[in-house]
Amino acid sequence: MSDSRFWLRKYFSIAMFTLCGLSVVIAFIPLILIFYRTIAFGASALDWNFFTKLPTPVGETGGGLANAIVGTLILVGLGCCLSLPVGVMAGIYLSEYGQNWFGNTVRFLTDVLNGVPSIVTGVVAYTLVVLPMKHFSAYAGGVALGILMIPTITRTTEEILKTVPHTLREAALALGIPQWKTSLQIVLRTAIGGVVTGIMLAIARAAGETAPLLFTALNNRFWHTSLGQPIASLTVFIYNYSVSPFEDWIAQAWAGALVLMILILLLSIAVRFATRSSLSER
Amino acid sequence: MMRQWGARTFDCRSFIILMESVQALQEKLDLRQRTSINTGDLLFKNLTRFFAAVILVLVVLMAYEMVQSSGLSWKKFGWSFFITSTWDPVQEQYGALPFIYGTLVSSFLALMIAVPLSLGIAVFLTEMAPRWLEQPVSFFVELLAGIPSIVYGVWGFFVMVPWLRENVEPFVSDKLGWIPLFRGTPYGVGMLAAGMILSIMVLPIIASISRDVIRAVPRAQREAALALGSTRWQSTRIALAYSRSGIIGAIILGLGRAIGETMAVTMVIGNRPTISASLFEPGYTMASVLANEFTEATSDMYISALIEIALTLFIITIIVNSCARLLVWSVTRNSGAARS
Repeated sequence: MSDSRFWLRKYFSIAMFTLCGLSVVIAFIPLILIFYRTIAFGASALDWNFFTKLPTPVGETGGGLANAIVGTLILVGLGCCLSLPVGVMAGIYLSEYGQNWFGNTVRFLTDVLNGVPSIVTGVVAYTLVVLPMKHFSAYAGGVALGILMIPTITRTTEEILKTVPHTLREAALALGIPQWKTSLQIVLRTAIGGVVTGIMLAIARAAGETAPLLFTALNNRFWHTSLGQPIASLTVFIYNYSVSPFEDWIAQAWAGALVLMILILLLSIAVRFATRSSLSER
Repeated sequence: MMRQWGARTFDCRSFIILMESVQALQEKLDLRQRTSINTGDLLFKNLTRFFAAVILVLVVLMAYEMVQSSGLSWKKFGWSFFITSTWDPVQEQYGALPFIYGTLVSSFLALMIAVPLSLGIAVFLTEMAPRWLEQPVSFFVELLAGIPSIVYGVWGFFVMVPWLRENVEPFVSDKLGWIPLFRGTPYGVGMLAAGMILSIMVLPIIASISRDVIRAVPRAQREAALALGSTRWQSTRIALAYSRSGIIGAIILGLGRAIGETMAVTMVIGNRPTISASLFEPGYTMASVLANEFTEATSDMYISALIEIALTLFIITIIVNSCARLLVWSVTRNSGAARS
């Protein structure tokens, strides 16, 4: 009697663990399929022109998305200009001085900001920048991406600075170094690898965003003439091309998706190596 | 005795007076020192505090801007905005119910698929996987989180939707057509496609947070269960029950992501503002109506109505994320206390 119940429990245990293993396999199927399709379709449409030429009108072959690639870089750069100072400095505040009600409020709001859908950020950038300027512009796109990047940078900076041992701060203070110099030259310097990791994560996330750019940076089939004008971006181009009915545009959308994936993959692998080496140093 | 006592009291008093004057002097000196040395500190602290305040101002400004610009639509429709289902830009009639319905249904569908899978992955990573397998599996799950939304959209649109249309939906509606959920024309695009693509996208979040939460369960819990003669699965059950609120927090965080997800959903949900019982019918979500119609919106009322949808989305995600954060915080705080 008890013997049979024992085997029942045993088999149930094995069955449940098999299901857990199976769920890993199931989760891997879409990952592999996405990589396979993107590489298979994307590589066939990818050539040198893609990186050097402007988009061509329908029917003409041989165009590229050079302006979109540059546009994405510019938009992410503008986003960095906004988010780097705010994110890093606010992170320093939260870690070094933030043990009070104000710090807790800011920490909570950073989490709130992190959860805000990117499309809502786009709407806010629209009302803040596009409406007063009366036209779509690269600035508006940069503001939208910047707002998206702030919470990632702030929270990783805070978390990394908190891992710096207190004895290090105390040693510096005991030598008579003022606290601000301790924060900048001892604490931040020790943790700089982690801070850069956070920044790269934010950049990877921002580079893949489409929704906030749809009605801020809009799109542009030519080289931008100034940052006050609409500007092309890789993601918006992928979206517009993939919902179009033209074969070669769809092929270029796949190529764009491949370039984007490679870009983000490289960033995340770089992040992984950066964190691993900084951990092993410690 | 009494005199002695009195003399002692007197001594004490004079000593206290002496000490007080010394302390006052010290404080004076200290104060002067502090102000002369710490100008840089004061500056730096206030500079960082200023940037922290920027975040606070930013969130308030976001809410204020949206409340301000959605005022027109709020004045005209009031609460009926959320319970009517006419969306007619020509007649200037706006009701957001189909979008709210679409967002909720597609998100819950995503959770139905993603929760069992991601819990399975979390259990695999914490209880089963040998060390050499743990790292790569974690890495690939994180990779799934790193793929941009638009790539999911393109893949869903060109690969998953045709597969659903030609293989899955005809088959399912053949066998299970008597359930209203699975009735209807197999378009491919629709709620089911949206739910499936969302489930892939929220899976990494739920899996990685649950993994951390389950890992925070004290060893003693599992060992106690094993010592009582339970199987490995039964001890895992106990670990899962122990970290229940953290796992719920992880699921709610996944829900928050699913609610706000835009591009992938926009490309596969079919974008038709209708409410229907079938999962095969096209729908619409709050995020995708913003993505599709914001640039086309011409009248002030139209833009105002769209911004009201954005505000609704903003408020919903704040509530959802706050709940999740509270749950995850409570768990990690407890585990931190248990460890120390």
